[in-house]
Amino acid sequence: MPAIETEALTKDYLVGFWRPRPYRALDGMTLSVESGEVFGFLGPNGAGKSTTLKLLMQLIFPTSGSARILGSPVGDVAVRRRIGFLAENPYYYDYLTAEELLTYFARLFGYTSAEAKTRVASVLDQVGLGAERRMRLRSFSKGMIQRVGLAQALLNEPEVVFLDEPMSGLDPLGRRDVRDLILGLRKRGCTVFFSSHILSDAEALCDRVAIVAQGKLAASGRLNALLAFELQGWELVISNVPEALAATLPARFGSVTSLSHGRVALKLAADAEPDRVISTLRAEGASVESLNPIRHSLEDFFMQHVRSAPQRATGL
Amino acid sequence: MRQIWLGANAVFRESVRDRVPYSIVVFAVLMIAASYLISQLTAGQDMKIIKDLGLAALSIFGLLIAVFIGVGLVTKEVEKRSVYGLLTKPLSRAEFLLGKYAGLVMTLAVNLAVMTAALYAVLFFSNLMAPEGLRQSWEAPAVDPRMLTAIVLIFAELMLVTALALFFSTFTSPLWATLLTLGLWVAGHFNSDLRNFGTVVDSAPVIWLARVIYYVIPNLAPFDVKGEVVHGIHVAARHVAYTLAYAAVYIGLLLTASVTIFGRRDFK
Repeated sequence: MPAIETEALTKDYLVGFWRPRPYRALDGMTLSVESGEVFGFLGPNGAGKSTTLKLLMQLIFPTSGSARILGSPVGDVAVRRRIGFLAENPYYYDYLTAEELLTYFARLFGYTSAEAKTRVASVLDQVGLGAERRMRLRSFSKGMIQRVGLAQALLNEPEVVFLDEPMSGLDPLGRRDVRDLILGLRKRGCTVFFSSHILSDAEALCDRVAIVAQGKLAASGRLNALLAFELQGWELVISNVPEALAATLPARFGSVTSLSHGRVALKLAADAEPDRVISTLRAEGASVESLNPIRHSLEDFFMQHVRSAPQRATGL
Repeated sequence: MRQIWLGANAVFRESVRDRVPYSIVVFAVLMIAASYLISQLTAGQDMKIIKDLGLAALSIFGLLIAVFIGVGLVTKEVEKRSVYGLLTKPLSRAEFLLGKYAGLVMTLAVNLAVMTAALYAVLFFSNLMAPEGLRQSWEAPAVDPRMLTAIVLIFAELMLVTALALFFSTFTSPLWATLLTLGLWVAGHFNSDLRNFGTVVDSAPVIWLARVIYYVIPNLAPFDVKGEVVHGIHVAARHVAYTLAYAAVYIGLLLTASVTIFGRRDFK
């Protein structure tokens, strides 16, 4: 049974004051996320990522289509005991301390006072806020609030976690912590569905991704299946290039880029036999610094799909 | 029920830490205390003035708490999006809303209790200071437990006003919710005039419309027995029972409508 399923999920909003017209924020989104997967939901700002997450959390209602989490319809309150959710740029009550807020949420999950106390302390330590547990949230920075948001999403040891832009507002250290946290969740078999427009996060963490653009699913699948892993070419960096050799490089290799400290980057064709090229260049007096294969990146793939997405429907 | 209770506790904690209701209650207590000074200026009427002003302060400042906090309870959560955190927990939208209502009613009860204690303290002090001859001229004893009847009805009226504020805040902006609630509070106190509209107007449709409005908007005049208790006039237990039953039914309808509207709302 998939952990998350959506079937032709569609959401229209009415826009305009005098003559409201429907605006399609999400158009026929069909997805399936298997249990234990880390699933990246990628797309530019305004693509429909948050709309999908709000539909899955039933913060908004679909115009048509349906969604299920752990086999139950999204409206089922009981299934929320088994999931965690972090909203984009979350806000919590200023007047409460981190500990009080999480204790309140833990009690909603059915923990007793004593259980809640232990669980809250553990989860605050997990997100690195153990020392700030008794501070009012109004004195927290954006990054600290984001950590509180992560803590409340993990409070009930969920089977499925939904994270809407979890890296937002975090410094590099915080982002690394969140990456480690997501990897930790995967290790214990938790399904993670996270939206992001930061592709490096997805490349580092995801088993599968979906790309959404203009409210529609543009592509989805395993990263290694989506990205063409066939070789596009090679990048060879050489140094200590004798002048006589330097003069012949453009004619022999076409793409030649001068780098710092006298280094030169050469782009070789996929069938260029780099071993033979390296031997030749060494024989002509150059030193080899590095050799890297060139493949399609997720960014190339993302840009290709986002740019080619059809414009979304308005005034249906 | 547990979820509603947890929500109510959170609202109560918020209001305890919020400065606004504190300032309102402090201001009300000061005004009740000041009524003693004002009463010194009016020979023979002092006790009535303290009671009048005291009960009016209870009513007006209670109204301010009910409207301004009642309206903010839901609209603030939606505007600041803290509602996302709560509604994705095992908490239905109905439980969320009823918890908010119960929390504010708890806050109102505590604030009203503080104001009532302040009023009785001033009355006790005035009684102590008044000469025997003056005491004999009063229509009702200074520390009169019958005043609690008026206070119970004020509390019931405030519960109804809170339900109104909550109802409007489920589908409109804070400004509109405040204006509509205050507007209905004023109209509710003059509601009985609508019932007798036929005596001043001939047009049948207008009379019919006035009658419909009379039945739809809350009738708040029966909740006001301040004049009676100040003058020591007996308030029938039947009147109190009917008024409380009316409040219970009206509040029940308002909460049902609020839950229905809130349950279908999109939180963009």
